[in-house]
Amino acid sequence: MADASYPDDLKYHAEHDWARVDGETATLGITWYAQDQLGEVVFFDPPQVGATTSKDQGYAEIESVKAVSDVVSPLSGEIVEVNEALSEAPEKVNEDPYGDGWLVKIRLSDVAEVDDLMDASTYEGSLS
Amino acid sequence: MSAAVEIPLQRDRAVTIFEKSREGRRAFVAPELDVPVDEDALPERFRRREPPRLPEISEPEIVRHYNGISKRNFDLDTGFYPLGSCTMKHNPKLHERVAALPGNARLHPLQAPERAQGALEIMWELQRALAEIAGLPHVSLQPSAGSHGELAGVLLTRAYHEARGESRHKVLTPDTAHGTNPATVTMGGYEVVKLGTDEHGGVDMDDLRANLDDDVASLMLTNPNTLGVFDTNIQEIARLVHEVGATLYYDGANLNAVMGRARPGDMGFDIVHYNLHKTFTQPHGGGGPGAGPIAVSDRIEPFLPRPQVVRHPDGAFDLDFDRPQSIGRLRGFQGNYGVFVRSYAYILSLGADGLQEASETAVLNANYLLARLKDKGIGEHLPVAFDRLCMHEFVLSGAPMKRNLGLRTLDLAKRLLDHGFHPPTVYFPLLVDEALLVEPTETETRETLDAFADAIADILRESADDPEIARNAPYSTPVRRLDEAGAAKRPVIRQPLD
Amino acid sequence: MSRYTSATDADRAAMLERIGVDSIDALFAELPEGVRLGRPLDLPAGRPEQEVYAHLRGLAARNVSTDDELSFLGAGMYDHYVPSLVDSITSRSEFLTPYTPYQPEVSQGTLQLMFEYQTAISELTGLPVSNATLYEGPSALGAAGFLARQHHRRTRFLISRGVHPHARETLRTMSLGWGIEVEELPLADGVTDAGALAEALGDGVSAVFLAQPNFLGAVEDLEALVAPARAAGALAVVSCDPMTLGVLRPPGDFDVDIAVGEGQPLGNRLDYGGPSFGFFAAQQAFLRRIPGRIAGETTDIDGRRGFVLTLQTREQHIRRERATSNITTAQTLNALAAVIYLSWLGRRGMVEIGELMLQRTAYARRALAGVEGVELLHEQPVVREFAVRLEADVAGVIERCAAQGVNPGYPLGADYDEFGDGLLVAITEQRTKGDIDRLASVLGDAVAAERRARRPEQVHA
Repeated sequence: MADASYPDDLKYHAEHDWARVDGETATLGITWYAQDQLGEVVFFDPPQVGATTSKDQGYAEIESVKAVSDVVSPLSGEIVEVNEALSEAPEKVNEDPYGDGWLVKIRLSDVAEVDDLMDASTYEGSLS
Repeated sequence: MSAAVEIPLQRDRAVTIFEKSREGRRAFVAPELDVPVDEDALPERFRRREPPRLPEISEPEIVRHYNGISKRNFDLDTGFYPLGSCTMKHNPKLHERVAALPGNARLHPLQAPERAQGALEIMWELQRALAEIAGLPHVSLQPSAGSHGELAGVLLTRAYHEARGESRHKVLTPDTAHGTNPATVTMGGYEVVKLGTDEHGGVDMDDLRANLDDDVASLMLTNPNTLGVFDTNIQEIARLVHEVGATLYYDGANLNAVMGRARPGDMGFDIVHYNLHKTFTQPHGGGGPGAGPIAVSDRIEPFLPRPQVVRHPDGAFDLDFDRPQSIGRLRGFQGNYGVFVRSYAYILSLGADGLQEASETAVLNANYLLARLKDKGIGEHLPVAFDRLCMHEFVLSGAPMKRNLGLRTLDLAKRLLDHGFHPPTVYFPLLVDEALLVEPTETETRETLDAFADAIADILRESADDPEIARNAPYSTPVRRLDEAGAAKRPVIRQPLD
Repeated sequence: MSRYTSATDADRAAMLERIGVDSIDALFAELPEGVRLGRPLDLPAGRPEQEVYAHLRGLAARNVSTDDELSFLGAGMYDHYVPSLVDSITSRSEFLTPYTPYQPEVSQGTLQLMFEYQTAISELTGLPVSNATLYEGPSALGAAGFLARQHHRRTRFLISRGVHPHARETLRTMSLGWGIEVEELPLADGVTDAGALAEALGDGVSAVFLAQPNFLGAVEDLEALVAPARAAGALAVVSCDPMTLGVLRPPGDFDVDIAVGEGQPLGNRLDYGGPSFGFFAAQQAFLRRIPGRIAGETTDIDGRRGFVLTLQTREQHIRRERATSNITTAQTLNALAAVIYLSWLGRRGMVEIGELMLQRTAYARRALAGVEGVELLHEQPVVREFAVRLEADVAGVIERCAAQGVNPGYPLGADYDEFGDGLLVAITEQRTKGDIDRLASVLGDAVAAERRARRPEQVHA
């Protein structure tokens, strides 16, 4: 698996999730730390398109050989797309957690919530 | 250490019995039809269209097949099996003989009690012995496994509170608890609240006090706990729990440490479950059967499952269904009687003296093995998690081994397989990093314990030189490391039959 | 030192020295004063093997087993012939004494037998997903209820009175903390009242539970019962008698969501009620939600075929409070007995034994219906068990039959107030025509004698 990395262009949540904000929409996923803790991901149970996410609440489950984890949403909104490729290749979450391993895309309901998230260096600092 | 040379068992590829099926072969010969045929006995619309595709195979082939796959198992009769929390003690061979007696094996569960007095007496006497061992007077043999006993305990707690007109929502468990505890709490309809562990390995008393209120239905504990440590605060814990009106539940998985020395009833527990397949020698069978009877205090007794085995004043044994406050049934019939027979034989064989000696020797063996594993060459890589005398099991941490030698607990476990030992329990309890939970039990000799310690020392020495060897172990088992992720990603859980 | 431990005085001394304490007592020093027992356990002293054996043999001899009487007792567990190869294989150390297969490299025997068992159950029930056993029948039904409850948070269970009384009670007990109301569906003419089901179905129904055949031995019309249940969005759970699945259409044919049942008839002993096993099979959609262990196929690093416990994240030891159930120890050895038995019966044997029971049961039913004072309780199609009504006190009749060495069956009045005069008669392949004729004769005599001795009105006081 790739070395630890926490891209600067992303925002981070304490429950080890990231958000790539693009105006009114955001792409969400889990961080390098989260996938490292989980081990090899074997199954992602995606929510339905149209479902809502709430900041700090779980919206899906991600399963590895040794653990099942709630995926917590950093932001509130409506799910507009889910990463279908993960059903065939869930290991993308480990291999490329910020790229091909994205989980869902949402339309934000409250852009102001982005300010509550951490930047890369703050998040990385919180891990030690 | 080359993997290219296969041992014979590795050359034999796994073939299921379905794949050995050949049309027309058979083992069963049906009895002659000796009654007139009634064509209308079963209307066509209820009839199965295609016979189930079970194997067509002869008796010798069935025997060869299962004998063959049995050789792909390591087992307790063959070697040391120090799985922490499992109490892999010897399974006495007498027990199979008594369980197979036709009066036991061919007795129908609904036979009239008057014609099952031997069976009911065995159950009644077992109940009495278990009550004495745990120090709680009322026993139900109904639950079929430890976690089934736990479910009984949670439901009894619920019934107890409801009878007092109270509605409580939370159950406390320590973070060292066996995974069944929180899972059971959920099945019982309660919310789990986790308590921390202090630096001595016991329940964090501040955390306990902060979380105890009158919405707590119960606290579930194991004592000694899964770290192998006896919680010396137990009397204070019991006092605090009872003060808020909650019940105190004992997970009896570790009872093997204290028989004859201390009793959970005397420690203040209200409800106790036993694992007959741990403490009382029921063979593990590769994952069951077992049994998880419970013992309870007077105030919980009215709610026990139905039926209860009782003895009338005239000495006759019976099943009592007339229990108006009972929680009902947790299963059919009376429970795993075959397991009761074996456990009772064990208790008769050992007696008061033998049971106490079993626990004392279990604790002796564990402390001895712990002392050996503190030796130079081992102790610095696998330090004990809590540096005090242990009881019947202890936890080591493989974190230094990982740092010093680049070897994980998993790799050590796999390399132990090549040395002819079953590894200890790994990665449990969750509290300890790279945990290794070791329980030798009382039926092992000092020589076996020494050989095990020596094997670990060998593996660590070998790894200091070349950690890759252990990382790719095992080499000498029927299969080598398996792709568990693949099995979970694309589950194949039955043999394709087309 | 007992015969199972090996610590001699010399061993003990050497070990204590190595540990660095001077006595066994020192190892228990941390036990607080207040919890030390301070006296021996109040139990008899240990005894040698010979004495224990003699004692237990004496106790076993006080039980009247199916070796000692001609038995037509069924009601959930049945006196089938268990072939000797089951005993010889299941008594092997390699199957009897290992633990749950947590180290798969040395547990391929256990994991493969689980995989084969899962295949067999899946094939019998017609459902694609099977676990590797639960404890027994009634708690397996309860486990199906838990799955339904976790699946969709509806609050009603509908359960037919045709389901085994122990299973109905177990479901009630297990669901005590679930916030669910359990409602019973009445029987009409021996089978589930379809009209009552239709009336009871609505949005709040989480699951509908049926039995096939039902407790009275009657074949239920699953086609008519399951479809409306599923249409209402409820899960359909059917508890079946596995020995009838050679001749009856399996639950999978009817889009049943979950099939469970008591596995004892498949190669397992009566053992006064346990240990046996419960089977649990389901539709593919429930793969990640079903309780219990599952063995899955995979390969090792050298490409060899192998098996592992899979989908373990669902289980208690990883998911803990969010587990699909709390089950750990199941019934692996009993699953082995079952898969050996099913291989012994084989494809043809499974059908032959079903047909044999079907015909003998039909014969027995006709024979008993012809006995004075005996009439059929229902006339639904039956496969291996049926119910009759006696015009005499059932308990008295059973005692008279017992005195003749015949156990005529189960008194339905123990569980059904409405069938206080009912008797449930079970047939296995071991009950020959001659045995059935004897039953008819003995039962006829017993009923007549009982009627002479007592007036029937006294029966239902």
